[in-house]
Amino acid sequence: MLQTAQRGKKSKKAAPGKPSGKSAGVHDRFVEAFRWMLTARILEDKLASLYRGGMIVGGVYLGRGQEAVSAACGMFLQKGDVFGPLIRDQAGRSAFGEPLLDVVRTYLGSVKGPMRGRDGNIHRGRPRENQLAMISHLGAMIPVMVGKLMAKRMKGEKDFVGLTTIGEGGMQTGASHEGLNIAAVEQVPLVVVVTNNHWAYSTPNEREFACANLVDRAIGYGYEGHKIDGTDLNQCLEVIETAVKRARAGRPPQLVVAEVLRLAGHGEHDDASYVPQEMKGQPFAQDPVARTEKFILGNGLLNADALKQMRAQIAKEVDEAVATAQQEDPPHPREEDWRSMSTGDLLDRPQLG
Amino acid sequence: MAVTYLEAIREAQTKLLRDDPRVFIYGQDIAGKFGGAFKATKGLAEKFPGRVLNTPISEDAMVGTAIGAALEGMRPIVEMQFADFSSIALNQILNNAGTHYYRTNVPVPITVRLPSGGTKGSGPFHSQSMEGLYSHYPGVVVMTPATVEDAYTMLIDAVAIDDPVVYCEHKYLYYHLKAEALPKDSFPVGKARIVRPGRDLTIVTYSAMLHEVIGVANELQGEGFEIEIVDLRTVKPLDTATVLASVARTGRLLAVGEAFPWGGVTAEVISRVTTEGFHLLDAAPVRINAKDTPIPYHPNLWSEHRPNRQMILTKARQILQE
Ligand SMILES: Cc1ncc(C[n+]2csc(CCOP(=O)(O)OP(=O)(O)O)c2C)c(N)n1
Ligand SMILES: [Mg+2]
Repeated sequence: MLQTAQRGKKSKKAAPGKPSGKSAGVHDRFVEAFRWMLTARILEDKLASLYRGGMIVGGVYLGRGQEAVSAACGMFLQKGDVFGPLIRDQAGRSAFGEPLLDVVRTYLGSVKGPMRGRDGNIHRGRPRENQLAMISHLGAMIPVMVGKLMAKRMKGEKDFVGLTTIGEGGMQTGASHEGLNIAAVEQVPLVVVVTNNHWAYSTPNEREFACANLVDRAIGYGYEGHKIDGTDLNQCLEVIETAVKRARAGRPPQLVVAEVLRLAGHGEHDDASYVPQEMKGQPFAQDPVARTEKFILGNGLLNADALKQMRAQIAKEVDEAVATAQQEDPPHPREEDWRSMSTGDLLDRPQLG
Repeated sequence: MAVTYLEAIREAQTKLLRDDPRVFIYGQDIAGKFGGAFKATKGLAEKFPGRVLNTPISEDAMVGTAIGAALEGMRPIVEMQFADFSSIALNQILNNAGTHYYRTNVPVPITVRLPSGGTKGSGPFHSQSMEGLYSHYPGVVVMTPATVEDAYTMLIDAVAIDDPVVYCEHKYLYYHLKAEALPKDSFPVGKARIVRPGRDLTIVTYSAMLHEVIGVANELQGEGFEIEIVDLRTVKPLDTATVLASVARTGRLLAVGEAFPWGGVTAEVISRVTTEGFHLLDAAPVRINAKDTPIPYHPNLWSEHRPNRQMILTKARQILQE
C-alpha cells in the first residue's frame, strides 16, 4: 500500500513538538520532508554496513547528498500520480510510499520482496502502484513515464502528474533526448528532475556536456525550467511543488535541475578518490541532511529531544525491516518457474531451458 | 474481391481499433491522409480520431511510450517505418518490455510491427530481417506471417497476447500476395503449419521465403519428389514438435530463411532437429540463408544475396540424392 494518500495524518505523528501558528503547515511539510531524508540516510547507512559485512550481493548505490531534492520529488505526488525514480532516490521513494521492507527485501534477495531475487537494488518498483521499476539503461524510463501519462489521459483521468528523475550523466543518452522531446510533443503533465551531482561514476561535468547549465535545455525542449540548490530543502520543496502544480495544471513539462555533490562513491565498491578536495568545499557540496537538521534546530521546528526521538524511531523501523527480511527465504532455483512471459503456452520450451 | 497482405494488415488494425478501446497505433507518418510509408494505416486516423498518432523520429521513445501505455492498461501497436530502424528501439523492446514480466510480475502487452525483408533496390538499411535477433532474447513472441490469412489473424492475436510481440510483416508480400477473402478462423498462435504434405524432404521456412519454397516444391514434383513444407508462422516460440514430426516422415531437412547466416532461426531449427531427432535423419540437414554481407542495393546483387529459388532447388536436389 502506498502511503501517499495518508500523508497528512502521518506527518502530524512524525512531527512532535511542531510550532503552532500560521506557518505550521509549511513547517509540518518541512519536517515531514526531513523525516524522509533522515529515513533514507539511516536506511542507506545500514545498507552500506550490510554491504561491507558481505550480506548484500551485487551493488549498493546510495543517495547520500541528494536527500533533499529526492525527498521533495516524492512529497507532492498524490494517489493516482506516477513516480519514476532512478539511482539515488531513496528519500523520494520513501516519501512516495515505498515501504522499508520493499527496500531491504530487494537488497537482501528475499522471495517476499517485489523483485523476488530476480532483480536487485535500485531496479525495484511496483508498476501496478504507479512506481516504475527502472531498467539500468539510463534515459529509458522517461518515455515509459510519458506512455503512462498519455494512457491516463486517453482513459479520461484528470488531475494526475508524473515525476521522473535522472542524473546529469544519464541526461546525455540518446534515449533521454528522445524521451524528453516526446514528452513535450505529447504535452503530458510531467516533471523531470535532473540532479547534477557533478559526477557520472568517475566522469566530471566537463566530459559530460558543454552547455553552461543543463536547465538551459528547457527552452530547447519546450519545457519550463527551474534551477535549484539541491542542498537547500526549502528551495527544493518550493520549486518542485511549483513544478508539480504547473504540470498538473496543464502547463508544459517542467525541467528542474538541482546542483549537489554525490557524497558517496558511485556505488559502495567505489572510494571516489577521483573527487578533488577543493570540490568538497563548494556550496553545492553541503550535506543536505546536516544542513536541514541545523535549520530545524535553529528555527525551533523541533527541539533536540524530538530530533533524537525521530532518529531512534527510524533506526528502530530500519532494524526491524532488516531483521524481518533476513529471516525470509532467498529464492531457490528449483522453486523458480523460469518463465519470461505471462502467457504460459507461448513460452519457448521452458522445460529445456 | 481479392485482399492483399497489406490490406489484411490494415483490416486487422481497423478491426482492432473498432473492437477494442485500449488499442492505439503509434508511429512515424502513419496519421493524417498519408497513412504510413506503406499505407498500412491509410484512412484509420480519420476513422478513429486520436488513436492513430504520428510520432517524432524516435524509435526508442516510441516503444518506451508504448510500454508505459501498456502498463496503464492500453494495447498499443507501434509501427516501425522499416524493421531496420527498430535497431534504435532494441533496448526498449528487449531490455525493457522483454524483462518486465520476469522482473516485476507485470506483463507488457505491446505489439511492434516491423516492415521487414528485402525488396528490389532497398539496400542495406531498408531490407533487414531481424526475427532471429529478437528471438535470441527472452520475453518476446516473434511472429513472421507468410500468408494474407496469417497476416490478418496473427496481428489480431498479437494484440490479444498479454506479452510483447514483435510482428515481422514482409514488405515483399505487401502488394503481390493476395487471397480471396479475409479468414474467419485463425490457426493457433505458436503452431507451425504443414503447408503441403510430402515424404521425401522437409523444408522448414517462414515469411516471404515460403513462396520461393512452394515454387521449388512445384518444380521438384515434376521430377517425382514430394516435398513437405513447414511454415513456422511464429519463430518464437518455435514449434519444434511439428518440425520433428515432419522430419520423422521424410528423414531429410532443409531450413530456409532470409536473415543473415550467423545463428538465427534456421540454425535453431537444425540444432533442435539434430539434438532431439538425430535418429530421424537419413542425410545431413542443410540450411540456406542470406549472405554474410550487408544487403546490397542493386537488384543483380540483391537477388543473389538472398536465398533464391535456384539456390534452394540446387540444395534440395543435393539432399534428395544423398
Ligand atoms: C545507457 C547506460 N550506460 C551506462 C550505464 C552505466 N552507469 C550506471 S550509472 C552511471 C553513471 C550515471 O551518472 P548520472 O546519470 O550522473 O547519475 P549518478 O550516478 O551521478 O546519480 C553509469 C555510467 C548505464 N546504466 N546506462
Ligand atoms: Mg551524476
